[in-house]
Amino acid sequence: METYKADVVIIGGGGAGLRAAIAVAELDPSLRIALVSKVYPMRSHTVAAEGGSAGVKLPTDKLDYHFNDTVAGGDWLCEQDVVEYFVAQCPVELTQMEHWGCPWSRTPDGHVNVRAFGGMKIERTWFAADKTGFHMLHTLFQTSIKYPSIKRFDEHFCVDLVVADGRVQGAVTIEIASGELTLIEARAAVIATGGAGRVFRENTNGGVVTGDGMALAYRHGVPLRDMEFVQYHPTCMPGTGLLFTEACRGEGGFLVNKDGYRYLQDYGLGPAEPTPRNKAMELGPRDRLSQAFWYEQQKGRTIDGPHGSVVHLDLRHLGEAKLRERLPQIYELAEQFLGVDPALAPIPVRPAVHYTMGGIMVDGLCASPLPGLYAAGECSSVGIHGANRLGSNSLSELCVFGKRAGEEAANFAKSVPPGHSAELLKQAQAVEQRVLGMVKKTGGNERIATLRKEMAQTMEDGCGIYRLADTMQKTCDKLDELKQRFKNVHIEDKSSVWNTEWLLAIELEYQLDVAQAMAYSALNRRESRGAHQRLDGFEARDDVNFLKHSQAHYVADGAPRIDYGPVKITKSQPGTRAYGAAGEKAEQERNASHV
Amino acid sequence: MSDIQKVIEIEVLRYNPETDKAPSSQVFEVPFTDDMSVLQGVQYIKDYLDGSLSFRWSCRMAICGSCGMMINGVPHLSCETFLRDYYPARVRVEALNHFPIERDLVINMEGFINKLESIQPYIIPKEPRTLAQGEYLQTPEQLNLYEQFSSCINCMLCYAACPQFGLNPDFIGPAATALLHRYNVDSRDGGKEERMDLVRSEEGVFHCTAVGYCSEVCPKHVDPANAVNQNKTNAAVDYFLRFVSPKGGAK
Repeated sequence: METYKADVVIIGGGGAGLRAAIAVAELDPSLRIALVSKVYPMRSHTVAAEGGSAGVKLPTDKLDYHFNDTVAGGDWLCEQDVVEYFVAQCPVELTQMEHWGCPWSRTPDGHVNVRAFGGMKIERTWFAADKTGFHMLHTLFQTSIKYPSIKRFDEHFCVDLVVADGRVQGAVTIEIASGELTLIEARAAVIATGGAGRVFRENTNGGVVTGDGMALAYRHGVPLRDMEFVQYHPTCMPGTGLLFTEACRGEGGFLVNKDGYRYLQDYGLGPAEPTPRNKAMELGPRDRLSQAFWYEQQKGRTIDGPHGSVVHLDLRHLGEAKLRERLPQIYELAEQFLGVDPALAPIPVRPAVHYTMGGIMVDGLCASPLPGLYAAGECSSVGIHGANRLGSNSLSELCVFGKRAGEEAANFAKSVPPGHSAELLKQAQAVEQRVLGMVKKTGGNERIATLRKEMAQTMEDGCGIYRLADTMQKTCDKLDELKQRFKNVHIEDKSSVWNTEWLLAIELEYQLDVAQAMAYSALNRRESRGAHQRLDGFEARDDVNFLKHSQAHYVADGAPRIDYGPVKITKSQPGTRAYGAAGEKAEQERNASHV
Repeated sequence: MSDIQKVIEIEVLRYNPETDKAPSSQVFEVPFTDDMSVLQGVQYIKDYLDGSLSFRWSCRMAICGSCGMMINGVPHLSCETFLRDYYPARVRVEALNHFPIERDLVINMEGFINKLESIQPYIIPKEPRTLAQGEYLQTPEQLNLYEQFSSCINCMLCYAACPQFGLNPDFIGPAATALLHRYNVDSRDGGKEERMDLVRSEEGVFHCTAVGYCSEVCPKHVDPANAVNQNKTNAAVDYFLRFVSPKGGAK
């Protein structure tokens, strides 16, 4: 097995991983950085983010407004000190992206333009048409090429971390093109592997979004925090789950039911007005909009389609010219995948799983409880999203916390001596034996695709938009069963070069661990908050018992152990989460009481 | 939805370097619905018929650039190409033309990545600015000059379409030239002079014979042929200017 000696290893080459790599390189050019990604970095799922990235921009906006929107949007399950740091850094980091060449859309006088987004009081979402994630990812990837200290391990699949003397000291990877394993020695590691939405059936995520980094940290004893909070995006393509950005509604799109009625006004989001009003109607937060869809479906007011019930996203009144300028990708997706011209006909949509609010537990410095291990981006739970993420906060998160994780990891690396290579290699060789054993093994009879499909279905059944104890319990039981059956998995492909079946099996094992953390955390949270909504006697938020973070701890060959940690409240006491006219009234009352 | 399950034949060019001397075709029968992409057809094969089939894919929505293949001899993103458009005939999928095959539908893209890295694809500031000074101003018109060239998803369909790249793998080629052009015409950038050496070089734009097939197959309307030809003009102007300007022509 080959060994590569780095100072900092970064696992994941999407937005957060690239930003972390650049941060290490800028902090100290003498540090050797290994940037590991199972795909070429520009394939990472950051690429698919559409609508934009939040940061205070207009003179009428304030950091406090962004803070309040984020904390209330997260149903007060946010680390408020971390949110405060986040909102202050967003404009700085987005300006940095501008300096690096990101093609932000502009106002006529040349300033970066901003658009409205769900749950945001003032327009503060920076955008590059409707391909913001694509442009940010390519800007970061291309900029990273400037730094000679970043050594990329493209199409290298991480199979384990190496932990010695109580701290992370490296990672073991498979080179996909050869099937050969490498030990990357490092004095600190950053995990930036993205979310885990593929554990659900209908989702907006790319095939790579399999929770690898979450599972890696989890298996080494790092808790996964707030995993029950999984975001359903309200406007997705039926069947495939592909995303129609929230910017469709930010630009003025309507959501209507089978009667052409803007049904959101029936769910505390009204009044319905002809033009968008921030934090009302179609610009409400995602959890509320997905929940409203569910109720419309119960009432029989949705439209039947080949892939289940849908409502209509109506963009016709915006006109073709504006749609082509502001939403070109959406226009093409509707035309090519659905045969719908959005200037002439409404787009059928339904909610699909989009984002994992929870993840690897880290503090505000992106440090996990395991010394030397840092995490940033969707794989992490740094505490800014709480129980429901606001759209456009996650792209900013990649920059703000990617940078922070990189700098903190760099400083940690400089503070500790290199490890004992022989000991690390011995560990890596044991990992090699284990993963090669999966391919060599014969006699298995479980098909990967079958297990994956059953997992995704049971997650949808038990951990969907609304949840019940008995179906969640069934999901937990089913996942336990699937983990047992996985031991019997059959890999037909015995070759070394590009054995993607082998990698799919390893990914599936990661997914099963992450899915278990989600399902057990959900079952144990006996209240409703943000994206976790129950219909079995726990319909209300319960701040007395559950204003706290869930923490799932890995138990080998068993169910996760769930315990809870405190939530950091600084300046925003938990209040009623209200939107539309009710939200404005509540805000006026809050302001009056503060005078 | 039709009651009768339609079945389409997908012919896949297979190659495993550990066992095969040369690539060969294999035909699979795949049940499909009208909304299924070629990618979904290939995924069906992997999931249920032959787990050893290898190919790249991720986003499923024509933005990650992973899933380019030759489909009936034409380079396409398989995620946005639909089986219904080939049925009832057989559809043939192969690895992208002009690249070494690593396995099945997976090509080696190292050469492309090296080209991408060689063109200095990042802002070399014309007038450095601190973060405290805020954003650079850039009008929508200035953005328009390069926006289309910044939309390249690196899917390499244009290389599979380019006859000159087929003859000379060192040719810098359409996508990398488009990206180079993207930075050269960005109002924030001052690095054109450094990049133009490559444009004028042996491997530069003069290899292009203006077939234009690259722009035709581009799924993102980047129009790399346009970028290549603008740079031919630039390079030619530079060539003549160097005789009159002591620093060479590029500014």
